[in-house]
Amino acid sequence: MLIICDDESAPLGPAEIARLPGHIDWIEHMERSGVVLLGGERLRSSDDATSVRTRDGEVLISDGPFMETKEQIGGFALIECADLDAAVEAASRHPFAAHGVIEIRPVWQE
Amino acid sequence: MSEEVERAAAEAFRRHWGQIVATLIGATGDWDLAEECAQDAFELALANWRRDGVPNSPGAWLTTTARNRATDRLRRRSVAAAKLRQVAVMARGEPGPAELAEEMFDGDDASRSGVQDDRLRLIFTCCHPALALDARVALTLRTLAGLGTPEIARAFLVPEPTMAQRLVRAKRKIRNAGIPYRVPPAPLLPERTQAVLGVLYLLFNEGYAATGGAELIRASLTAEAIRLARLLVRLMSGESEVVGLLALMLLHDARGAARLDDAGDLVPLEEQDRARWDTRQIAEGVRLLEAALRRGRPGPYQVQAAIAACHATAADAADTDWEQIALLYERLTGLVPSPVVELNRAVAVAMAHGPQAGLDLVESLEASGALPGYHLLPATRADLLRRLHRCDEAAAAYRQALELVTTDSERRFLLRRLAALTLGG
Repeated sequence: MLIICDDESAPLGPAEIARLPGHIDWIEHMERSGVVLLGGERLRSSDDATSVRTRDGEVLISDGPFMETKEQIGGFALIECADLDAAVEAASRHPFAAHGVIEIRPVWQE
Repeated sequence: MSEEVERAAAEAFRRHWGQIVATLIGATGDWDLAEECAQDAFELALANWRRDGVPNSPGAWLTTTARNRATDRLRRRSVAAAKLRQVAVMARGEPGPAELAEEMFDGDDASRSGVQDDRLRLIFTCCHPALALDARVALTLRTLAGLGTPEIARAFLVPEPTMAQRLVRAKRKIRNAGIPYRVPPAPLLPERTQAVLGVLYLLFNEGYAATGGAELIRASLTAEAIRLARLLVRLMSGESEVVGLLALMLLHDARGAARLDDAGDLVPLEEQDRARWDTRQIAEGVRLLEAALRRGRPGPYQVQAAIAACHATAADAADTDWEQIALLYERLTGLVPSPVVELNRAVAVAMAHGPQAGLDLVESLEASGALPGYHLLPATRADLLRRLHRCDEAAAAYRQALELVTTDSERRFLLRRLAALTLGG
């Protein structure tokens, strides 16, 4: 899972992102190098986030994201590839890696 | 007899541990299994060799024994047949001889690209940049050098459970994050080799810079770093920076015996008894460095080795070629710009062109706000002011350095200098 985090001050919508030349290159590169894109979505901004926790049976709801930082999770991409080096390669070519951060997290497999 | 067996086992451990662990990891992909089976093999060796004598080829004996243990354990766990087959056909080859320097530049680039040595894979896996730097170092010491958790913990001054936790976590990350067990492909190689060299040099410095109580353990770190660098040179003979790093370590280590006085205090280079330097090791370092430089790709380790060679080959302190050293530091600044390198350059420039020229560089470094809290900056300024006979300013700078210094032996050195200054007027 590539968790795509970026500064939210100038948010692009999914359609705009899909038209970015860098994004098109990214998808094409993955296809060529055998990385399978299983799925991914653009998320609404963290302004629209709601955090929920339950404590002693009580549901606590708060406005905003889990963490207040400049860089927020803005989307994700689920990929399937051979090893960490291949995932790093895919993440490093994502256009948002140039200004944001992409966290790679393996999906738990037994 | 028993003593001879123990010596042989210790020697075999030093030479073959990394190879056996690496081969077993290669075959099974299971780091814990590999370490446990290697451990078992060395334990069995002590008992068996005491009874039957040391075999002709201890490495082959140990490899076969470790492989058999792995087969047993895998069978008991009834894991996939493919792994069992892999272990069954695992190379039983005796690891190469220790005379590595002679083979240094044997083999052309074509054959080198085919290198599939398990130890090389293991070094690159342990030093993968997705692991924290301290984990890389600890894992390298554990899997390639065979150091136990308590030893590694002591060397890095952390509690044993902390180090154990760090090792467990690193191995888990390798498995779960899918860090590949391989030498990285060509485009990643230069960057990854840098990480490997960085870990080996860190290991070396950890051993080299330490003094006092932990000295014995630390000296073994220096020796391990040199041994692993020799291994890397043999496995990647075409990489001139790898050779440069080995040369650098040898040239530094050759001065080891003269670096501390009887009280355990640091002896500055110009006051060291050069008769105590290891001339054979210096000759080897210089020979390696020259061979590396002939390849025409001088990187930071080769340049640093060239500086060390200038010092190591000077007949006495006055004979040191400071002009050459100043030029080399300038070169180094271009390759890896850093205020510490710049400070060293200032020292060399002062020696080559007089203390005022050096002081100018130190003062512009200070004005840039670099190296806050670094005691060597005021200490260097103090030394240059002393040589310019600006005694009051020098004394003030020594006091400033004394406020920042962290090791006792360096503190005593600065205090001696300060006392000499105030006594001498």
